Amino acid sequence: MGDMTIRPEDVPVVVDELTETDVLAHTPRGGGERDLRITDSTLRDGSHAMSHQFTEEQVRGVVHALDRAGVQVIEVSHGDGLGGSSFNYGFSKVAEMKLISAAVEEATQAKIAVLMLPGLGTLHDLKNAHAAGASVARIATHCTEADVSIQHFGAARALGMETVGFLMLSHKASPQTLAEQARIMVDAGAQCVYVVDSAGALVLSDAQERISAVLAEIGGEAQVGFHGHQNLSLGIANSVLAYQAGALQIDGALCALGAGAGNSPTEVLAATFERMGIRTGVDLGEVLSAAEDVVRPFIPRLPWMDRASITQGYAGVYSSFLLHAERAAERYDVPAHEILQKVGEHGYVGGQEDMIIDIALQLAEEKAHLVELGDLAGMGVR
Amino acid sequence: MSTTPRTKGTAAIVGPGNIGTDLMFKLMRRSDVIEPRYMIGVDPASDGLRRARSLGLEASHEGVDWLLAQDELPDIVFEATSAKAHAANAPRYAEAGILAVDLTPAAVGPYLCPPVNLDFNLDAMNVNMITCGGQATTPMVKAVSSVVPVPYAEIVASISSRSAGPGTRANIDEFTETTSAALEVVGGAERGKAIIILNPVEPPLMMRNSVFCAIPEEAAEPGELQERILTSIHAMVAEVQDYVPGYHLRADPQFDHARDTWQGMARVFVPIEVKGRGDYLPDYAGNLDIITAAAARVGDILVAHRLGVASTWKSSAQLGDVPDPLVGAGADAQKAGV
Repeated sequence: MGDMTIRPEDVPVVVDELTETDVLAHTPRGGGERDLRITDSTLRDGSHAMSHQFTEEQVRGVVHALDRAGVQVIEVSHGDGLGGSSFNYGFSKVAEMKLISAAVEEATQAKIAVLMLPGLGTLHDLKNAHAAGASVARIATHCTEADVSIQHFGAARALGMETVGFLMLSHKASPQTLAEQARIMVDAGAQCVYVVDSAGALVLSDAQERISAVLAEIGGEAQVGFHGHQNLSLGIANSVLAYQAGALQIDGALCALGAGAGNSPTEVLAATFERMGIRTGVDLGEVLSAAEDVVRPFIPRLPWMDRASITQGYAGVYSSFLLHAERAAERYDVPAHEILQKVGEHGYVGGQEDMIIDIALQLAEEKAHLVELGDLAGMGVR
Repeated sequence: MSTTPRTKGTAAIVGPGNIGTDLMFKLMRRSDVIEPRYMIGVDPASDGLRRARSLGLEASHEGVDWLLAQDELPDIVFEATSAKAHAANAPRYAEAGILAVDLTPAAVGPYLCPPVNLDFNLDAMNVNMITCGGQATTPMVKAVSSVVPVPYAEIVASISSRSAGPGTRANIDEFTETTSAALEVVGGAERGKAIIILNPVEPPLMMRNSVFCAIPEEAAEPGELQERILTSIHAMVAEVQDYVPGYHLRADPQFDHARDTWQGMARVFVPIEVKGRGDYLPDYAGNLDIITAAAARVGDILVAHRLGVASTWKSSAQLGDVPDPLVGAGADAQKAGV
């Protein structure tokens, strides 16, 4: 990998000029011994940031690049999981089963994973995904509602799929509660349980304490994973802490392409872990290229820590609400960050995108009322 | 059947849990045609059986075998157990000539939502109450589809975690699939999709239902067609309120023009909130209230029809908001959650 193993102490650096032939002859060095496993969710969590408009070509390109880089698990689904294509969450441009089949065709070593949220997707969807070639079932519930996933873990195992549990909005539950919920998933058949920071709201030790508690409960029987978001810019730092606390599966997305301010960027995870001497089995040069040359060109808007997404991290709001809040803000002429703040105050959970319209209507009504009263200060005029 | 004309029918409630108990209260308060006579369970230590006994019902923990061995069989049985149990019991009720109102997702009989399709099913021996989300949303889909074609209807039901019992949790797919089917069969949509979300926030949230109906583009434009849709929605809300007083529009229906990202569909969004009446269950459990209220309403009409007497159902307006003395019995459930 040559230039990717440079350390600061090595400077000044003299790099040989690379010719195109050298580049083409480069053999990816993915694989080998690993200390942890990276799952890339560009084609699932990234679906939010793409407003679910992924094309088959984009999916093939991303899978090809990730597979070549040695990423072992690639998740492909609607952002809200199987069956998410809807008015409430946004319709998929291309049917997700078609995208899953394309991903399966493209992958040579990587497993294709799917996400499903019980209550939204059903076993029927999971069976279709399995028939399309998906081999990892990631089953997600709100962090206190693990028992709705019991039938799905059982069915996924019966299908011969690898199983991963996803405890969403983990900041809303104490470490102890998360551990209890993880236990329910493991007893139901989960082989790994993720602490999922859906709102990007976990601040360093918050993440580590949760990982430790879950590991203490299920460590003997199942692995622990971490899924980070960048709303408070801590996706990578939390992932490192999670690894140090014992997590063996870490999620990322190329160019951070994900809900809210995006996910922990897969390429940064690979670079950081490599810099720390922690083996991910991912070829850094290849994954950097996947981000820069494959994903970046098709992203309409890079995920970013702006007022609305930082508010999500701060107020603990499900990251995928971001674009929905922006659309409602436009439709009803109220500020997106105020909508998100209210979502946090009401305690709405993943899946309740419909409540964004409700809040926008309330805010619009309040605003109209203030206009009637002539209260300019209340309307935000200073 | 009795040879002398009767003005009252008897009922058995199978399943003495929260739903069965709430249903018992509703029948006692709101129907003069149905007399709850039996409460059937399988656990001798059941609170529900004890409570029913204290209110004068014959209660047994020996299951449906015991019920069917009685000299006087009930006219109607309300089943609030599980889909599996009802599938096994349904043929036995039918053989004994007992009407069955099924509150499980078994769906042995036709889906039924009182203001939508009760009239067509008056002679059915077994009817299914869909799901709580189905009771809350199919009337709205029907209200829209009776004015304009609805090629696609989608609903999101959000309920408090505390009001989602172990049965719902263990088989949540039954909810989504049954409700989706009912949006088509009862609601009149060509294609239905249902989503359920459990929210654990404290204090518990009221049941919310968001109904999205795809509509023709011309209906997204303010005008005569849109007015007819609105009138139809408001009329249907009033009909549901007749037996579920806490059923209301959370905001005005929202019309949106067709968008490419919506597969070219225009839509109307109808936000519904259901506040429970607190007969036995806490008021946030509107999801349970709406299905027990609908079941009681359906039972009242079916029995009245069968006996050839007038239904004497007490509408919400007649009953008023002030709970009668029976309501105290629900205080424990209020405190403990459900």
